[in-house]
Amino acid sequence: AQEITVTGTVTDADNGEPLPGVTVVIKGTQQGAITQPDGTYSVQAPEEAVLAFSFIGYKTSEVAIDGQNVINVGLRPDVLGLEEVVVIGYGVSKKKDLTGSVQTVSADDFNQGSITSPQQLMNGKVAGVQITDGGGAPGSGTTIRIRGGSSLSASNDPLIIIDGVPIDNEDVSGMRNPLNVVNPNDIETFTVLKDASATAIYGSRASNGVILITTKKGKTGELKIDYTGKMSVHQPTEMVDVVDAGQYREMLGKFFPENTNLMGDASTDWQDEIYETAISTDHNIAFSGTVKDALPFRASVGYNNSNGILKKSSMERVTAALNLNPSFFGDHLRINTSLKGMSIKNNFSNEDAIGDAIAMDPTQPIKADEYDRFGGYYAWTNASGNPNNIAPQNAVARINQRTDLSMVQRFVGNFQADYKFHFLPELRANLNVGMDYSKSEDDGGVQTPANAAWDTEAFLRGGAYSHYAQEKRNELLDFYLQYTKPLDDIDSRIDVMGGYSWQHFWRNNEDEAYFNEADSEGSFVRDPYNLTKTENYLVSFFGRLNYVFKEKYFLTFTLRNDGSSRFSEENRWGLFPSMALAWNISDEAFLEQSSAVSNLKLRLGYGVTGQQNIGSDYGYFGTYRTGQPTAQYVYYNPQSGNYVKIPVTTLRPEGYDKNLKWEETTTYNVGLDYGFMNDRIYGSLDVYLRKTEDLLNEIPVPAGANLTNQLFTNVGNLENKGFEISLNTIPYESNDFTWELGANFTYNENEITKLTQVDDPNYLGVQHGGISGGTGNNIKIHQVGQPAGSFFVYEQVYDADGRPLEGVYVDQNEDGQINESDLYVAGSASPKYIIGLNTSLRYKNWDLSVSGRANLDMYVYNNMASNGAFYNKLQVNGNFLNNIHSDIYNTGFYDPNYFSDYYVQNASFFRLDNVTLGYNVNDLLNSGLKIRVYGSVDNVLVVSEYDGIDPEISDGIDNNMYPRPRTYMMGVNVSF
Amino acid sequence: CVDDLELVPIDPNLDTADKVYTSEEKFEQGLAKIYAGFAVSGQTGPDGEGDLGGFDEGHSQYWRGYFVLQQLPTDETVNGWADGNLPKISQVNWGANNEFIRSFYYRALYQVSLANEFIRQANNNAQEDWNGVPQMVAEARFLRALSYWHALDLFGNRIPFVDENSPIGSTLPEPAGENVRGPELFNFIESELLEITGEQGDSQNILPDHSNAMVGQASKGAAWMLLGKLYLNHAVYLGQENDEYYQQAKVFVDKVINEGGFSLVDAEDVSPNDSAYNTPYEYLFLADNYRCNNEIIFSINFDGDNSKTWGGTPYILNASIGGEMIPSDYGTSEAWGGNRTTAKLVSKFDNSDLRAMWFTEGQSLDIAQLDQFTQGYAVTKYKNITREGGFGSNGGNSAFVDINAPVFRLADAYLMAAEIDLRLNGSVSSASQNYIAALRDRAGVGMPGTIDLDFILDERARELYWECHRRTDLVRFGKFSGGDYVWPFKGGAVNGTSVDAKFDLMPIPFTDITANPKLEQNPDY
Repeated sequence: AQEITVTGTVTDADNGEPLPGVTVVIKGTQQGAITQPDGTYSVQAPEEAVLAFSFIGYKTSEVAIDGQNVINVGLRPDVLGLEEVVVIGYGVSKKKDLTGSVQTVSADDFNQGSITSPQQLMNGKVAGVQITDGGGAPGSGTTIRIRGGSSLSASNDPLIIIDGVPIDNEDVSGMRNPLNVVNPNDIETFTVLKDASATAIYGSRASNGVILITTKKGKTGELKIDYTGKMSVHQPTEMVDVVDAGQYREMLGKFFPENTNLMGDASTDWQDEIYETAISTDHNIAFSGTVKDALPFRASVGYNNSNGILKKSSMERVTAALNLNPSFFGDHLRINTSLKGMSIKNNFSNEDAIGDAIAMDPTQPIKADEYDRFGGYYAWTNASGNPNNIAPQNAVARINQRTDLSMVQRFVGNFQADYKFHFLPELRANLNVGMDYSKSEDDGGVQTPANAAWDTEAFLRGGAYSHYAQEKRNELLDFYLQYTKPLDDIDSRIDVMGGYSWQHFWRNNEDEAYFNEADSEGSFVRDPYNLTKTENYLVSFFGRLNYVFKEKYFLTFTLRNDGSSRFSEENRWGLFPSMALAWNISDEAFLEQSSAVSNLKLRLGYGVTGQQNIGSDYGYFGTYRTGQPTAQYVYYNPQSGNYVKIPVTTLRPEGYDKNLKWEETTTYNVGLDYGFMNDRIYGSLDVYLRKTEDLLNEIPVPAGANLTNQLFTNVGNLENKGFEISLNTIPYESNDFTWELGANFTYNENEITKLTQVDDPNYLGVQHGGISGGTGNNIKIHQVGQPAGSFFVYEQVYDADGRPLEGVYVDQNEDGQINESDLYVAGSASPKYIIGLNTSLRYKNWDLSVSGRANLDMYVYNNMASNGAFYNKLQVNGNFLNNIHSDIYNTGFYDPNYFSDYYVQNASFFRLDNVTLGYNVNDLLNSGLKIRVYGSVDNVLVVSEYDGIDPEISDGIDNNMYPRPRTYMMGVNVSF
Repeated sequence: CVDDLELVPIDPNLDTADKVYTSEEKFEQGLAKIYAGFAVSGQTGPDGEGDLGGFDEGHSQYWRGYFVLQQLPTDETVNGWADGNLPKISQVNWGANNEFIRSFYYRALYQVSLANEFIRQANNNAQEDWNGVPQMVAEARFLRALSYWHALDLFGNRIPFVDENSPIGSTLPEPAGENVRGPELFNFIESELLEITGEQGDSQNILPDHSNAMVGQASKGAAWMLLGKLYLNHAVYLGQENDEYYQQAKVFVDKVINEGGFSLVDAEDVSPNDSAYNTPYEYLFLADNYRCNNEIIFSINFDGDNSKTWGGTPYILNASIGGEMIPSDYGTSEAWGGNRTTAKLVSKFDNSDLRAMWFTEGQSLDIAQLDQFTQGYAVTKYKNITREGGFGSNGGNSAFVDINAPVFRLADAYLMAAEIDLRLNGSVSSASQNYIAALRDRAGVGMPGTIDLDFILDERARELYWECHRRTDLVRFGKFSGGDYVWPFKGGAVNGTSVDAKFDLMPIPFTDITANPKLEQNPDY
């Protein structure tokens, strides 16, 4: 063939700017050129060849030469990043090759604002993912639900994997949020695997989705230093609406004039006394680059000092991370070493003060002279002059007189070696060895001083203290082989992977508590020393086959075989298959040249996943548990009239289910990825059905049949179905001004379809969901035909004016009596609709971003009102007074009506999460220095009909929540 | 590495059965768990590692649950705590989903399962020269019979039946009998008790005599007493009256009285050093009432240090304190303000009756509101104070008390003897006359003009109130349901009203009806 010289200019198709550094390759060869600073290029090529123009951040364009000497190309920005590589289970994949429902959030898209924990970075960004933090405490934990929960009693938390190490997502003692081990500033991407075709490679731990987190790595090049600094001011906003001292005096005088002598002369706003405006700071510095052109590294150190709005509550955290990723033998051997360490000091303050600040009578003073023996703090006393332990306690004393500090160290590290065989480069071997270790303990004991009236027992025994310690060690070894081969003859590619994984989970807990003074038998013990130790193993074999035909048709098949030590030999192994098909419609001839439809991919997925996180490690065989010294049986020997006391330790046979096995969830997913108008509008749409069978649930077993009344056993089915839409648009784009808008929408419906071994239409379900008020009151139920965890209450009857009639409920079964047979299901705490919205505007060096979320069709049980708004609470047995919730003016109830559906309230909400305004200097005085200065407001606004302080509560029971503050933040990022 | 999947527990408190029962001492610990099952609610105390799932540990403790079902629906006790369906118990208006009925049902059958497992392990793993084991098995069989009797009395003859031969986990237990009033469970309890007292068969499992038993340990006297109660109530359990059973009742009540080695705590027991209390009746309910083992035939033992619970006597005591009462006067730090009594009980006593122990300051006699502790007299029968006036082992500084709960007392046997006389002959024997005289004398009141069944029922209230006998007594006398005899809040009305006869039996909890299709609900629930 004849060679000709082809020249031309490569530009950005959107704005016409020349693009330097674009790779121009003659297709099917290694030859080509790179464009000059002015975007021009020149290559020698056969006249019938095809030129491929590729550049990071742009879509690759292929042009046939067809004898032309000049070829000018406009490259379209690759908004979708289809050529980008994303991590998936045991490997990576190009985005365009993905067959499952996988969504990535990368650093550019992270939420802004005062962020201390990783989850906050992606909240509201991914359709189908609901993230609820546990309240406003510094570094508080979060609940993550992907497409609703698939289980009832077993865990509903997704599997979280950081740089290839599945981390322990369960509570770590002394730490509010186990994910705090990663500094948010070190995170590069979140990849959320939602459907089973993507997650099934993780088998028995994947039923609730998988979140893969990768941290930033070193890049080849010069040393780069990044510094970020933030200062935040947290302000309490909403308080629980209780009556003030004036209203209280009037009310008590009206209803209990005989008890007004119990009132004090003060006017105290107890909530005001326990909250304060708090200031937090956060500093991070990261170094990245390459040592001697051979060892790319990234090292970072972060310091976070967060203070909560509840006085004394704080978190001080130091994180350090080191990533080394050298390669050897001409890239044949790649090493990734990732080490993350964290040391945290928490001050838990005393969150019990939140409830007491609401219940404490506002006419009492905080301190008064006659209370010297309580450290000067006012306290209710009983007739003997000792503290009354069933009365509300002095909230300020609770905080000031308690020390509850913790120290936690945690380390997550792994070493990964990836070897491409010299004699067979298509074959790779990958070894990954990792560990997740944490050690926590109280810092100096949880101390209650001798004058603390709020802990009566401790007060009477010279004070008290307790200790706890926990150690957790999770070890991991993965090994897999991967074979990738283009099969040009049949226009195909295959990618086969097979591997083995071994995991060991080990936990050790200790706790004990003592009084400072002995009792009449000489004992100091409050809670005897208790040591619990447990472990379990997971051994797995897994494989994946990817087949690509004509770069348009994709097939993925995965299989995992998991063995868990939690099940008997007969049920030990579970097989989890998945299959997915994808069709890149936009690459078909009829759409290839269309810019109206720039991307269109159809995905079909099916997969089975499991759940083995059932709480007990030894649930399938009989064990005996030795009792504590405080749960002995005591005999007295009457011989010789001495009645010597003989305590005997007890041995208890534990209930067990030898047939215990996996919970299995089958997921069907149909998805469509789309991009219209040159990807100015893009996103995806997924419809799914998830069916969980052999649901692990703690259910009543036939009385007498076992050694307990309730067992974890496989019974019941559950269904989640729904759809998710994500939509991203760039409504306006020019050199100086860009406006981007993103939205995602989720609809999820959860329904229990079976709960018992035997079908029984009269079976009510399993009640759960304890509330404050009374003892043992449960407000929720798992019932067939209803969403898991629905509220189970009486239907309130109202008078003509719309006021609830006290104690008058609808007689659902019309038997003339109102008793527990008349309870009915009144809504669920899980939202049916979740909407995430975010938008950003960029004008020259300025940028503004706004993000918000809405959860719709959800209910919250207002426990603050149900346990606070009834007149008989004003005084108790003539002994002490309680403050009253202002809802009393709506109800006028005399007695508690815990089970009235009046308190199951619509809690749909829209929350404006964050507004950030920033200014960027890209190259200060040509020094290469980049600076960004920004300010933001978090938790700007909540719109909701709900009466309580905050409608966003993960379990839907509003009870003494640590209020979420509004946060104002100033930050600076510097990099050079 | 696949071998890693075969695990043995690494927890020092956890072991498999074959590694546990390696000595006689371990059997003592296994037996202690069955006793402790009546006193504490789990392996940690007062809560943690609970025996039952799905219930508050305090609620689901055995003796608290029994107190709630035997006392709260009667004229002796009211409680209006807003604890779920608890007020429905005092109102005698419960359904098959009432959690207090449910928790006691499971607790009683849990005790049966514990005893079965112990007997099974003793049969399989005990070595021949472990001489104490056969008697331990007798005790386990007694405790199983006691729980079965509680269950029979409350739930009838169709409850699930399991013994040491029933497999664990894999099969559905069969109902004990076909009819709700029928002989099967009655016969089982009877033959078990006859065997372990040596009255029938040649079992190795024989209970100790009272003189050889520790306080808290079941002796022959306890089994005789239970036989007496079973026979006395036979008409309720079997659905028809049969004089032969009254004769049998008489035999065993007489054995308790004449051969048991028991005597009333009386004036002679009052030592001059006992500064605080000087009525012998009061001794029976104090922190050191283990010293009353001459009268208390069988007790469930509680201890402020070693047996911590939110149920049992800590519940009975703390829930009885409120209003103007000073908790430390009763040896506790807590005042839960729950249980008090009605005018119906108070009015049964003469003014001089030493057994009437009320706290009345700030308390009204009549009750308009169930949830107001200050309405109705407070009861001060139980106290965590020793005879000398000292505190129990808690030093008065916690909720956990030392009072043992008397399950059977000689005084009860005396009253039973008189009742049997009346039921058999229409009059009381001179011996029974003397028994009643002894009780009346100790109480500081004289003899009544006539001793008839009405007197017996009232006297039982006076002597045994708040000792968990009342519901059984009212049912036996035909006065629990219906409208012949009413008391405040019966049927939900302030002054009481008639309730349906179905309430004589508690419903089988709906959860078990569902879990075990072989069961049938009790009539009209």
